[in-house]
Parts: sequence; structure tokens; C-alpha cells
Amino acid sequence: MSVKEEILEILNGVNDPEVPVLSIIDLGIVRDVKINNDAAEIMITPTYSGCPAMEVIKKNIQRSLAEHGYKNLKLTTVLSPAWTTDWMTEKGKEKLKAFGIAPPMAKQHICKPELFHEGEAIQCPLCNSYNTKMISRFGSTPCKALYQCNDCLEPFDYFKCH
Amino acid sequence: MSKIVSLYQPTDFIVHLADDALILGHRNSEWTGHGPILEQDIALSNISLDLIGQARNFYQYAAKLYSVSGKPVVTEDILAYHRDAWDFKNCLLVEQSNGDWAKTILRQFLVSQYQFLLYESLLQSKDATISAISEKALKEVSYHLRWSSEWVIRLGDGTEESHKRMLNAVSELWMFAPELFTKTNYEKEAEANGIGTDISSFKPKWLQKVNDIFREATLSSVVLDSEELHTLSGKEGRHTEHLGYLLAEMQFMQRAYPGCEW
Repeated sequence: MSVKEEILEILNGVNDPEVPVLSIIDLGIVRDVKINNDAAEIMITPTYSGCPAMEVIKKNIQRSLAEHGYKNLKLTTVLSPAWTTDWMTEKGKEKLKAFGIAPPMAKQHICKPELFHEGEAIQCPLCNSYNTKMISRFGSTPCKALYQCNDCLEPFDYFKCH
Repeated sequence: MSKIVSLYQPTDFIVHLADDALILGHRNSEWTGHGPILEQDIALSNISLDLIGQARNFYQYAAKLYSVSGKPVVTEDILAYHRDAWDFKNCLLVEQSNGDWAKTILRQFLVSQYQFLLYESLLQSKDATISAISEKALKEVSYHLRWSSEWVIRLGDGTEESHKRMLNAVSELWMFAPELFTKTNYEKEAEANGIGTDISSFKPKWLQKVNDIFREATLSSVVLDSEELHTLSGKEGRHTEHLGYLLAEMQFMQRAYPGCEW
């Protein structure tokens, strides 16, 4: 295993503090790892400009890598290209659903200009019904919207496309 | 006198972008725990978070530019918490008090519509960092714009009371709209250097979009003909009384315990 692969493996064990079933690799926020002699540079991108989890994620990356002996680290925040839910791995989407959060739809449908637009049907992660409604485009974290299932009546979070 | 050769640094322009985002973000955050219903309380708090995040990106970049130009070390926190009102370069609109829900919504709508055109245009900035921050911000502003547009329509075309509140909001805030399109020297400079953009050029498009929403909201159409100079210009540091009170609260911890961390 190359050093880069080894680091990526370790990073796969670092989870998002807000959505603890997802690793930062699943989430697609690790953009690159560059190795230069004994130094490693980790390029990460925030999901949203104000995502409070980023600070915690940075600390957790440093701690996990330090535990494996990687001390000479540089964490670089990359803003462009802007993060998109397309970068979330398929495995990550499955984990989200199992956790009770509807994963982002495969097709990009970021905020459209048409008002009062309901968007595509989002599948209820609990009973799999598509008969659901949006309660609010803003949820418990910047990356989620609030939905409710019309069949099983359970409210649920939808990891919105972005 | 020795001639000082200086490379152009768009710090004032960047701080202005940051200040607009921070002050509006802070104003909205005053609603946290006080929203009319839980979902909208959360929505507005999320919008605050986006705006404060955008402000941080701009402050961090400005701090980096200040630090390389040989001045004492400046950090994002110093820019946000250790400056007084006359140093802030936010427009007057964002610092206005929250008033009722209608006023808060209208303020957000007018600013989001402006920020949408601004960030879309700044994608072409020659400055790669400004362009990258704008790219990120534009996606978030799209949500803010849609949300606030829907609320302007809902209130304007709602009940007699909500319509009255929206009319009141327009009469209280409209006078601050022309400032958005009035260029300061640092905006002209940034534009001339290919880093900023021609903010005056957004005016017709912005007005058309605002009137489109107003029409749906059953509000009378508006014009932007007040070209006369105001004595106040938030972007140049001449603010309304509201900013001082806002800063007194926002900066309290850093004023009382400079450099404190949690």
C-alpha cells in the first residue's frame, strides 16, 4: 500500500460529527492527498460555507493521522470546484438511508429558481414510499431538508442535493 | 518625499463583502429561538450560518492579504470583533433592525437578489480566491433567494394584516436600496483591476426581479430613481445608529475578554 492509500484508509475511519454513519471519504469532502517526502497535505472542501462541523473534522483528521504516526501534516481548504452531493459515494448513500436520512437524489437538482416548486419525489427512508412532502427546505444542519412521509407519517431528514 | 510603490490589494473590497454577509448573518441570528414557527426559525438560522460562513471565507482571505503586506498580524477575529462602526463597510440595508417578520423577510429578499447577481458576476473575477468563495456562496444564496421570494409573496398576497406589514416593510427599507448600486472608490478600483465587477450594471435586472415578485405579492411596483446622494453611506463607514448597538452585542465577549477562545 502506498502512503497515500494508507492515509486515505485512515481518513475513511474519520466520521462526520453531524452524520456519524458517514466517513469524510463517503461524504466526498477529501479532495486529494499529496505526499512530499515525509509531509502530507490533505485537501478538504466544506459542504457549506458555514458548516460548523468543518472545525471538528479538521481536528479529527489531525488526531487520527497522528495516532498512526503521521505528524507532519498540512490541511488545506479548497473552495473550488464547490462541493456537490454528486461526490458522495454510493456506499455513503446506502449508509445514510440505513441511518434514517433520505440520501440525495442521483440527479442534480440544486435549488431551482421556480418558486413553490416541490421538486422530485423523495423516498421515505423508513417505509420506502414516494408519497412524501417537504416541510421545510432547511433542516437540522445546513445540508438537510425536512420531509414527512404521507403514508407512514414519520418525519425524516433529506440530505438535499447541492 | 519618497515614492511608495504598492501593488494593488483588494482588501477594502473583500472586507466590504465580508461585512455585508456578517452583519446580515448576525441580524438574522437574532431570530434564533424567536421565529414564528420552529421550521422557519431553523430556516433563518441556517441562512445566518451560510452568511457567517461566507463572511469567514472573505475575512480569512483579507487577513491573509493584510499579513503579507507587512502590517501587524491581522486575523479573521480581529476583523470581525475588534473594529468599530466606522471601520465597517457593510451597506445600510443589512444593519437595519429586524422589526417584524415581514421586514426581516424583505431585507433578506432585497439583499439575496443583489448577492445572487453579485456572486454570479464575481465568478469571472481575476482573483481566484474571490471567484472560488463566490462559487460556493452562489449555491447557498440561491436557496436564500427562493425562500425569501416565496415569503414576500406569501405575506404580500396573504391576509389583510400580512399585506399591511409587507407594505410597511417596503416603506421602511426601500430608501436603503440605491446604496447597493452606488460605487465606492474601492469598488471602482476592484472593478478596474478585473477583481470586482460593475455593480451599477445590476440595477435594471435587480429591479425587474424585485418587481416580478412584488407583482405576484400584489404589492405596487417600485422604482429606483433616488439618485441623490445620501449623507450616509454604510459602505464608506457612515452608518445608521443601528450598527453601533448591533456591534455592542456581537463584539461583547471579545471586548470584555480580548482573544478569548472556547
